[in-house]
Amino acid sequence: MSEKKQDKPQDHGRRDFLGTATCFVAGAGIAASSWPFINSMNPTADVLAKASTEVDLSDIPAGEEKTVLWQGKPVFILHRTADQISAMEASTGSNKDPEPDEKRVQNPEWLVVVGICTHLGCVPNRREEGWLCPCHGSVYDNSGRILHGPAPRNLDLPPYEFVADTRIIIKKA
Amino acid sequence: MSRMVDWIDRRFPLSHFINKELTGYPTPRNLSSWWNFGFLAGFVLLLQVLSGIFLAMHYKPDAQLALGSVEHIMREVNYGWLIRYMHSTGGSAFFAIIYIHMARSLYYACYHKPRELMWWSGQVLLLMLMATAFMGYLLPWGQMSYWGAQVITNLFRATPFFGDQIVVWLRGGFTIGDDTLSRFFVLHYLFPFLIMGMVFIHLIALHYVKSSNPTGIELAKNEQITFHPYFTIKDLYGLGLFLIIYCYFVFFNPDFFIEANNNIPANPLKTPSHIEPEWYFLPFYAILRSIPDLLGGVIAMSLSVMIFAALPFLDRCKIPGGARYRPVYRTLFYLFMVDILVLGYVGAQPPNGVLMQVGQAATFIYFLLFSLLPFISRKEEKWLLAKGLPPAVLAFMEEEAARESGRKKS
Repeated sequence: MSEKKQDKPQDHGRRDFLGTATCFVAGAGIAASSWPFINSMNPTADVLAKASTEVDLSDIPAGEEKTVLWQGKPVFILHRTADQISAMEASTGSNKDPEPDEKRVQNPEWLVVVGICTHLGCVPNRREEGWLCPCHGSVYDNSGRILHGPAPRNLDLPPYEFVADTRIIIKKA
Repeated sequence: MSRMVDWIDRRFPLSHFINKELTGYPTPRNLSSWWNFGFLAGFVLLLQVLSGIFLAMHYKPDAQLALGSVEHIMREVNYGWLIRYMHSTGGSAFFAIIYIHMARSLYYACYHKPRELMWWSGQVLLLMLMATAFMGYLLPWGQMSYWGAQVITNLFRATPFFGDQIVVWLRGGFTIGDDTLSRFFVLHYLFPFLIMGMVFIHLIALHYVKSSNPTGIELAKNEQITFHPYFTIKDLYGLGLFLIIYCYFVFFNPDFFIEANNNIPANPLKTPSHIEPEWYFLPFYAILRSIPDLLGGVIAMSLSVMIFAALPFLDRCKIPGGARYRPVYRTLFYLFMVDILVLGYVGAQPPNGVLMQVGQAATFIYFLLFSLLPFISRKEEKWLLAKGLPPAVLAFMEEEAARESGRKKS
């Protein structure tokens, strides 16, 4: 018994604690030093600098649509006529994703939506009654709401604000 | 956990491998700190590969875009400055470690039987490292990058008969250009993986012949201790010391290893008034410049790098432990170190009268030391045997001699 005691350390608890603590500190150090590498794959500063887009609306005639790039994605800006506004305010779209028109616009004259089909990401084409996605035939109305087709949701709304009557900034989400 | 390990062990020698080659690997108990540098070299290799992969995600190997993409990495990529400085400092760290690693092997004459193949695989690794560093230096596409590549590729003009064609072939153009940059980038990315393969061969040889040690005598079983925990701890301690120096340069003095001139975009019409290679090439560069003839200079420079491979033949002394038991060899070793430092200093200066002669003298001494070694080592062995050596050394030599004659008889 006494022999055994001599070839084994008698302060096992302390040793184990030191070992565990050292491994923990080393592990934390390795985890922390991996962050710069992981973060280097995130969008770079110049990409982030292009994250907001300012748009002058004054050159869009009523009834016309303009597509601008925001964070590399198309944004549809539709200058709606009085007829289109009243038609849209009268409906809540389909029962797939019902939503009143006033929740989708800040100024009823201007509809601003992300021009990416909520199905699989194609860019819908402009038609008289709204948009038609060429990939799988989803149909959107003039409020960007899904009417029929495989798309699950209405077109997304980008975060934007009016900085003047005919000038908006689409910002970082 | 142990059930999973058991499952694997029945199908793959996992525990066996870890125990035989890592944790239980028998290691001489008398290894000094000079034996830390192999591990450090492996660590820096991984660091360079890792930082390099992340740099390559943002770098553009195009003559129009390269310098701009490096600036982009420095200014706009998240932590790009850190990763680039890690890589540029790591290059110098790699050479510093490898040179110390080589100096250790030189001092203790580790290239002797049975470690010739380790020494030669190390020589191949040195050449691969030099090629990788040289090609990597072109990538920022600054003035020093451009003219360094211009001068070094021009060395191949010394090739008899096909000189000019080979230079054009290497560059993929009549001067260093876009195609040169693309191929240097691809090869700079490829070579580290070849180096890893060669390191693997280096390690297989090491684990077959086992580590050398400061006495040069193969130790008895009870003089060996397990790699873990004794040398894992020692290597990690060395790593900590290394990282302190490395981090000083990465965080506080990163431009120490970056020529200011290299922030000027490459200009094929204007050579900078003074060009010099990175510090790790300076001694060889000084040898190149010392010979007033293109072909002669190239031969002397190549020979100065390759001559290390001949050491197992040049050093004919059978006393183990190198400089430890051999005062003359030790003197030669230190002379060689001083000579390399002189060459390095000369290589960094503009080539003018007096320094030119100093460089030529140092070049002469460089080769003189190697060519005198066969005679000096033979004489030294006789002298030391007559003078007397520690009994363990003599016993080892007798054992070796007996083994040798036994092999010859059978």
